[in-house]
Amino acid sequence: MPFALLRYGLSSDPVKTPDFPPPSSLKSSYDVVIVGGGGHGVAAAYYLAKRHGVTNVAVLEKGYLGGGNTARNTAVIRSNYLTPESVKFYIASVNLFRDLSNEFDFNIMYSERGQLTLAHSDATVRAFRQRCEVNRHLGGRTEMLDRQQIKELVPLLNLDTGHAPVLAGLWHIDGATARHDAVAWGYARGAVARGAEFHPLTEALDFVVEKNRVTAVKTNRGTVKCGAVVQAVAGSSSILMSKLGIRAPIHTYPLQAMVTQPVKPFLTPMVSSSALHCYVQQTGRGEVLIGGGSDPYPLYNARSTLDLKEGLLAHAVEMFPFLANAKLMRQWAGITDMTPDYSPIMGRSPIDNYYLDAGWGTYGFKATPICGKSMAELVASGGQIPEIIAPFSLERFSRFRQINEMGATAASH
Amino acid sequence: MSAASSPFPHSLRLPPPWGRRVDRNCPVRFSFEGKTYAGFAGDTIASALIADGRYLLSRSFKYHRARGPLTLAGQDANTLVQLPEEANVLADVSPIAEGLSVMGQNYSGSLDHDRDAILGHFSRFMPVGFYYRAFFKPRGVWKYWEPFIRKKAGLGALDLSFTPTYHDKAYLFADTAVIGSGPAGLSAAIAAADAGARVLVVEQEPELGGSLHWARFGLEGKSAEEARDLITRVQRRPNIRVLTNAVCNAWFADNYLPIVSGNRLYKVRAKTCVMAAGAFEQPVIFRNNDLPGIMLASAAQRLMRLYGVRPGKRAVVLTGHDAGCLAALDLLEAGVEVAAVADMRAESPDTLPLLAALKAKNVRVFSGTTVFEALPGKDRDGNPRVVGVDLRRILGAADGLERGAVEARGETIECDTLLMSAGYMPAWQLPCQAGGKLSYHDATARFSISGLPDILTLAGSANGYFSLSNILRDGERAGRQAALRALGKAADTEIYAASAYETEAPVNFPWPIFPHPQGKEFVDFDEDLQIRDIVNAVRCGYRDIQLVKRFSTVGMGPLQGRQSALPAARLVAEASGRSVSETGVTTARPPFMPEKLAHVAGRMFSPLRESAMRRRHEEAGAQWLMAGTWRRPAYYGDPARRDALIQEEARAVRERVGLIDVSTLGGLEIRGPDAVELLDRLYTFSFAKLPVGRSRYALMLAEDGVIMDDGVCCRLGEQHFYVTATTSGVDRVWRAMTKWNAQWRLDADIANVTSAWAAVNLAGPKSREVLARAGVNIELSGSAFPYLGVQTGVVAGISARLMRVGFVGELGYEIHVPSRYGEALWDALMKAGAEFGIRPFGVETQRLLRLEKGHIIIGQDTDGMTHPAEVGMEWALGRKKPFFVGKRSVEILEAQAPQRKLVGFVLPKDAPRKALEGQLILDDTGNITGAITSLGDSVALGQTIGLAWCAPSQGKVGALLPIRCEEAPGGRLLATVAATPFYDPQNLRQEV
Repeated sequence: MPFALLRYGLSSDPVKTPDFPPPSSLKSSYDVVIVGGGGHGVAAAYYLAKRHGVTNVAVLEKGYLGGGNTARNTAVIRSNYLTPESVKFYIASVNLFRDLSNEFDFNIMYSERGQLTLAHSDATVRAFRQRCEVNRHLGGRTEMLDRQQIKELVPLLNLDTGHAPVLAGLWHIDGATARHDAVAWGYARGAVARGAEFHPLTEALDFVVEKNRVTAVKTNRGTVKCGAVVQAVAGSSSILMSKLGIRAPIHTYPLQAMVTQPVKPFLTPMVSSSALHCYVQQTGRGEVLIGGGSDPYPLYNARSTLDLKEGLLAHAVEMFPFLANAKLMRQWAGITDMTPDYSPIMGRSPIDNYYLDAGWGTYGFKATPICGKSMAELVASGGQIPEIIAPFSLERFSRFRQINEMGATAASH
Repeated sequence: MSAASSPFPHSLRLPPPWGRRVDRNCPVRFSFEGKTYAGFAGDTIASALIADGRYLLSRSFKYHRARGPLTLAGQDANTLVQLPEEANVLADVSPIAEGLSVMGQNYSGSLDHDRDAILGHFSRFMPVGFYYRAFFKPRGVWKYWEPFIRKKAGLGALDLSFTPTYHDKAYLFADTAVIGSGPAGLSAAIAAADAGARVLVVEQEPELGGSLHWARFGLEGKSAEEARDLITRVQRRPNIRVLTNAVCNAWFADNYLPIVSGNRLYKVRAKTCVMAAGAFEQPVIFRNNDLPGIMLASAAQRLMRLYGVRPGKRAVVLTGHDAGCLAALDLLEAGVEVAAVADMRAESPDTLPLLAALKAKNVRVFSGTTVFEALPGKDRDGNPRVVGVDLRRILGAADGLERGAVEARGETIECDTLLMSAGYMPAWQLPCQAGGKLSYHDATARFSISGLPDILTLAGSANGYFSLSNILRDGERAGRQAALRALGKAADTEIYAASAYETEAPVNFPWPIFPHPQGKEFVDFDEDLQIRDIVNAVRCGYRDIQLVKRFSTVGMGPLQGRQSALPAARLVAEASGRSVSETGVTTARPPFMPEKLAHVAGRMFSPLRESAMRRRHEEAGAQWLMAGTWRRPAYYGDPARRDALIQEEARAVRERVGLIDVSTLGGLEIRGPDAVELLDRLYTFSFAKLPVGRSRYALMLAEDGVIMDDGVCCRLGEQHFYVTATTSGVDRVWRAMTKWNAQWRLDADIANVTSAWAAVNLAGPKSREVLARAGVNIELSGSAFPYLGVQTGVVAGISARLMRVGFVGELGYEIHVPSRYGEALWDALMKAGAEFGIRPFGVETQRLLRLEKGHIIIGQDTDGMTHPAEVGMEWALGRKKPFFVGKRSVEILEAQAPQRKLVGFVLPKDAPRKALEGQLILDDTGNITGAITSLGDSVALGQTIGLAWCAPSQGKVGALLPIRCEEAPGGRLLATVAATPFYDPQNLRQEV
């Protein structure tokens, strides 16, 4: 039995120090106000405090800690994108993820399961080979697998799906998962322990702008002055930006996922199919987690739909026929801010001290550490853009410098 | 039935009329954990086992505690068992069948002797969220813990060799759907039918009637029997359709209701809906409240009335309202000794008529008293079972103590059965999916639901009514109002004013939660969570109910918190100093009951499109390639000779003549006065001056200047065009056309005629002769039918559209005929071509041939960012036009320094390795500048040729192009940039 549990068991009260203090009132002024208390927001607060000594920071969250897409995503961590810009960025994220449990002293259950993506057409094989090459060239662990190798890796997988049999696979050894809530909790815990404040049920309603600088944030709990603002509000990115007149090419779609009842482990890697727009993985609790593409039309509503579930589960059963007898337990949705190139927006905005962490579509969770770290660096330096996020600026859309990840994002997220 | 005539020596069976669901003339044998048991048709696995005295059905999730039925209504995880093909089966609703083999699950060893049960002794070492606190030191150790912990998690095991069985779907429509057919639902259905609506009644259980079959509505217990008359009335109504054994599993927007029944998913559209799905009886939270032999009061009533099984011989009833007392009366009637009734209410038995009645029957009644601890013992097989209770008087606020405090000493009473009832939680899941809000009333200690859309109405106990007359009245109100709305008539709610209902006593005891210093008071049975787990989660700082859920996993189990939602809300509210309304409960997502993936997946359609010439391809030994949903021949012959066959096919085209099926190419007919205008705006070229009978290349951009699709635009008449598009792009092109046609308000008619036409490309130096031999009524000479010419005529007796095109770079004719003549055309051309050595060729060969000509394939050689200048297609832009989609973007892009370039390259014949499409192009410092998009072994050049992206500075003809290749010496292959077309740069061969 691990020593930590022995200590808990033998102590009179297992709750020695709470992870989070009770709620406090808002101060009148902060050096940095972070709007959005999901993984990204608290990660930025954490790195501001830890790496830059900036602790007069408030994270404002309209709901509860990590209750937006941090709570709803399916916790895929990977770096096998297409463009070198993205691959460098996500490899840096994967590297940070690996050490988080020990850095936090809080187990985020980082689990390197590996991710297998299936190609059912020669066009996809070609695209996968390119992704494989890019990933390897930049230091990631990825391989191309043929049918026989796939069979050995995931013997339960049906390789003759419908009329489009599996031709090859992209095997991303670095592919991992983690307890998504724990990532947000670990960051928030570390941030508040270093002096940052976390304010749930606190919604940023508007901004006071003077001389192209945000001087205060108006909230449902009063107005607070600020030295700088970071927005990290996945699902509401363009709504918040519009308060400052900032336009972004973001379209917002629901994204649904579902789990079965827990069953004994049968599947270790995360498996996704490019043609079936479906991915299947088994959580640590034993649930089979199934997800796919976004809803077909834009909407700000996290309702579940039957149509999407029907298509998705038919495809899941095609991949793993025995799942026909597994039982679905829960279906839910998140709200995703999609950009035209399926890449995020990070960096400066037209407002001098207002920083953007937006447009995270379906890939925000896996970027939590590196994005938080980079945003902290950006804010602490007063706007010096870290090289690793430079390609992801808002201006790239008007400058025709998009980072095209549509193909590498589709169903795998 | 006398004991002697009973086939089951241990039987706890009751004589009729108990057991209305079982057929005593029809015995059924099945096995559980390898031992044979017997029951009757109509029994569930659980009822048959209990009849034999067997309570232990499962092991709990974390501590592997022994568990027996709790709700007997399929609403708890305590009865999850394993069938050979199916995991996590609810034993309390799954019928037995002859020879059925049932096993327990989630144990090591056997269900009765589960070695993992020792975990229960270590619960103090597993505080709430313990896995966040441990297993990661030293660094990297989680990797070793995780597989071990994973094995302990999960419940049943899936049958990994299971093959899906037949499941299908059907649509149903109703004016008013009534969910639940208890007294409220029956009454609602009749009222709705009376109002003229077409009604659909959905009942989860095998028969209509719900609680009328098992509940006791009064001291005499006769009223339910009288109300059962409603069942026949519903069955007789022609405008009421009934689905039994049918679960409405969710509420989707606008009353779109998925109903699972048998092997079918009904998708119901109802104009209005009445939810009469009842309420969940709530357990009392005390130490060992999970022991086998402890169940909800309603569970015991179901057991007796539906299955004719006594829960035990000597029972204690713990209640906080009248329902427990009524259950005690039922026990007495069934001949079960009632050792005590503990009523948590402080009122004296003299003021409560039911308690008085029980006293009169010599039952010991304890007021203001709870069970503080259930005492564990063994049943006749040596398995854990409740053997007694420690009754304590409830203290509390009045005594200056915390809620839930009890006296230091109490009385121990022996029993083998304990029924409990703390009140009810309305079935909130579906109403909340419809936007309903839960609010908690402190006075009555219960949740009510408000804020529903007006197409959805609650009725009966879901609406807070528990007396039968109120339930019937409320059902009538709801049914009538729902029907009137569905029929577009005005509501008349005024006749159902609150005064029309009788007054009811509160049903919920406000604080049925009694902490014990040694814990094991289970709040969530599914997840093995005790009071202190919930309280400590809050104390750890996880104050929001959603965070409590996520940190402690309360409500995340297989049944999603049916029994735990209310006590968890109360505990979180208390621990965080807020009201229960503020705390709320976690969101109840679909599905309501666990649903098999097979139900949702249905018949698993897999769309496939095939050309009219499919049979001929098969006969010729085609190897297939998927292009979207189309199946196309890649090449013909033995896959072992793939590369050689492609070379042979290519040589046939270059030297003689080849035939390829291009039916999958998109075909769009554009007609009307604005046809030219539409095309001029959508495509980069200008078509205004294109003469009738000519074609022109057509390139389409997106608004950001990115290449979207290409094809050939043929002018068949002044106002009539036939435009081809790529196989995978045509649907996208058609959408863009119809969108812009509407947006610009042009008068053009657009039809996607892809499937209407079969098409071939007859290519090669001999193609003209083959066509002539096949018989054609048009002049084929180069002057009469030149390159890019378009003709309509008759080929081999078939009306056809003919185009002179040059994708593969030889003299060639694309011939389009109505799909049904595709095969005849193919046959005629193959026959005519026989003497010229004609050979069918596939897509792979075509790709090689077009690569030799340097033609790009949209989607292969371009990506989602490619603009024309990058691929050398500036020539295709009609710059004199005032507008085309993407023009502004192209102009901005062309003013910028180019970022990359698509170039042709050749690999030296002595290259150490073969290159592959997708490999990277690097610069001298190892930065990635591009990738290979196309590659092939050119027949004409005898060399490997390809197209690749690279930096503009690398793109000079003759420059060396480094290709990343791990297997090559130095990690690089060196190609040489070459001019395109690689083959016949003057186009002398195609324009003859």
